[in-house]
Amino acid sequence: MNIVVCVKHVPDVSEIEVKVDPVKKDIDKSGLVFDINEWDDYAVEEALRIKEKFGGTVTVVTIGDESADSTLRKCLAKGADNAIRVTDPRIASWDPLVIAKILYKVVKDIHYDLILTGVQASDDGYSVVGQALAEMLGIPHATLVKKIEIDGGIVRVNRELEGGLEEIIELSLPALLTIQTGINEPRYVSIMGVRKAMRKEIKILNLDDLGLAREAVKEASPIEMVELYVPPVERKAEIITGSVDEVASKIVEIIKSRGLV
Amino acid sequence: MMGEIQVLVEHRLGELRDITFEMLTKACELSEKTSSKVVSIILGKNVKEKAEKLSKYSDEVLVVDDDRLEYYNSDVYQMTLEKIVKERKPWLLMIAHTSYGIELAPSLAVSLNAPIVTDCIDLNVEDGKLMVIRQVYGGKLYAKIHVKKTDPAILTIRQGVVQPKELEKHGKINVLKPSIDLEAVKKKFIEYVAPAVGEVDITSADVIVAIGRGIKDKSNIPLAEELARLLGGVLACSRPIVDKGWLPQDRQVGSSGKTVKPKLYIALGISGAFQHILGMKNSQLIIAINKDPNAPIFNVSHYGVVEDLFKVVPTLIEKIKELKKQAT
Repeated sequence: MNIVVCVKHVPDVSEIEVKVDPVKKDIDKSGLVFDINEWDDYAVEEALRIKEKFGGTVTVVTIGDESADSTLRKCLAKGADNAIRVTDPRIASWDPLVIAKILYKVVKDIHYDLILTGVQASDDGYSVVGQALAEMLGIPHATLVKKIEIDGGIVRVNRELEGGLEEIIELSLPALLTIQTGINEPRYVSIMGVRKAMRKEIKILNLDDLGLAREAVKEASPIEMVELYVPPVERKAEIITGSVDEVASKIVEIIKSRGLV
Repeated sequence: MMGEIQVLVEHRLGELRDITFEMLTKACELSEKTSSKVVSIILGKNVKEKAEKLSKYSDEVLVVDDDRLEYYNSDVYQMTLEKIVKERKPWLLMIAHTSYGIELAPSLAVSLNAPIVTDCIDLNVEDGKLMVIRQVYGGKLYAKIHVKKTDPAILTIRQGVVQPKELEKHGKINVLKPSIDLEAVKKKFIEYVAPAVGEVDITSADVIVAIGRGIKDKSNIPLAEELARLLGGVLACSRPIVDKGWLPQDRQVGSSGKTVKPKLYIALGISGAFQHILGMKNSQLIIAINKDPNAPIFNVSHYGVVEDLFKVVPTLIEKIKELKKQAT
């Protein structure tokens, strides 16, 4: 079973204030810590487990500048066999169909049975690239996947619907699945593994290599990023301030006044 | 930009889902500005009677009633919609950003060679230009995007962001019979799996103490549990806690879990992703404790504490114990 996993190198912004750069089309990336997109981490883990069960190879692909190599190395350290990175400053990176087109050019000549990627990326949260890539490749896809069973040429998956409901669907291989968080418990990387991965080659490609120098550039995209901005404050909460003791007393007072204690 | 705005109706297990009316409300607003016609499209089996209700919200209702559309299959939806769109040439097609819409919209965009922007929280036409707003970086920033190509543009719309209005249109109902070729379909619906029934029903609790990523470790859960117990409430959580396997799925609050409306909801270390907020925003009293002052949870809470929960919660527990002691 040969598996391709599409991953993204993203900043962790969970507990920090995100600033917009002066041009207002991107964020100010200084001082941010980057790592593999959380959903993609689950996809890589799932790919490795399938490889461990059925044999085959895992190839990880990303689009990004050289800082994204750390994410690819992490995947290699976990057990991926090959890594490919597409890099080009001309890419219309906010257009998910452009990203899918680039991945299509990379993946179409690789021998694969299964393509996995995360349901979405934590930065732009489109949930588009995987499905679009599958359509370009002419293979079936399933999104929001929480369970995978492979039996011969068929993959049976549980998809997460709303309100705790799931549906089971079957797809013929080759297929593309977008992986939901919680499907497995991603492994940690050993120091030995990282050291070994430092020696593995990462194949680098640009838009010219892929024949996309006209199609995938910013000017060609029908989607234009006008502006990135901090949303208007709509804070509703009355912030309780003071020492920890004062804060706790105030909370008790509030819930007591409502007869809740 | 005159012409047609199409809205794909979302329904499941015989019910029209709320997002349908949210999208139609938005579509009507845009149609007035652009002299467009709002056309809703419903695909399914035995859906004709649903068309009556939809006609109040649309200038035209297109119905495809076919046994092969009994269960949702994005491949079958895609081939059906592709034909309708190619024939009717709308300038805008709206689809729900749900488990169904996500499965369908991107591949439909590829097959129609249409641009797509997903999870939109607002859309507008400014000087004849289609502008959409979406959240990025977990809602910490908004992106304004100009969709330059509208033949058509495909947008998926986030649930719960448009206040649906009652409309009084009398759209004409048209039944279509596009050919459906199941030969080309490479996926198959097998069955639904209902959520497992747990020991605690969080939807019936008066008091909920909910934990998120900020609880840091499984070993800290008893702290939150004690607070819940003292208040006669139950423990619930946001998605990451279930993903880590620290609490069962029936404790998850949010769009992929449960919707709750307790008298008191205490959010501990929950940042407030919109999926979570959808499940708890109608609670009567919401108190959030989070050390990130920019956490979106403070946008829906009545009271907020910007502080480390591990400092506040133990003190809070002591104070409640004291109060209870005085009472007895």
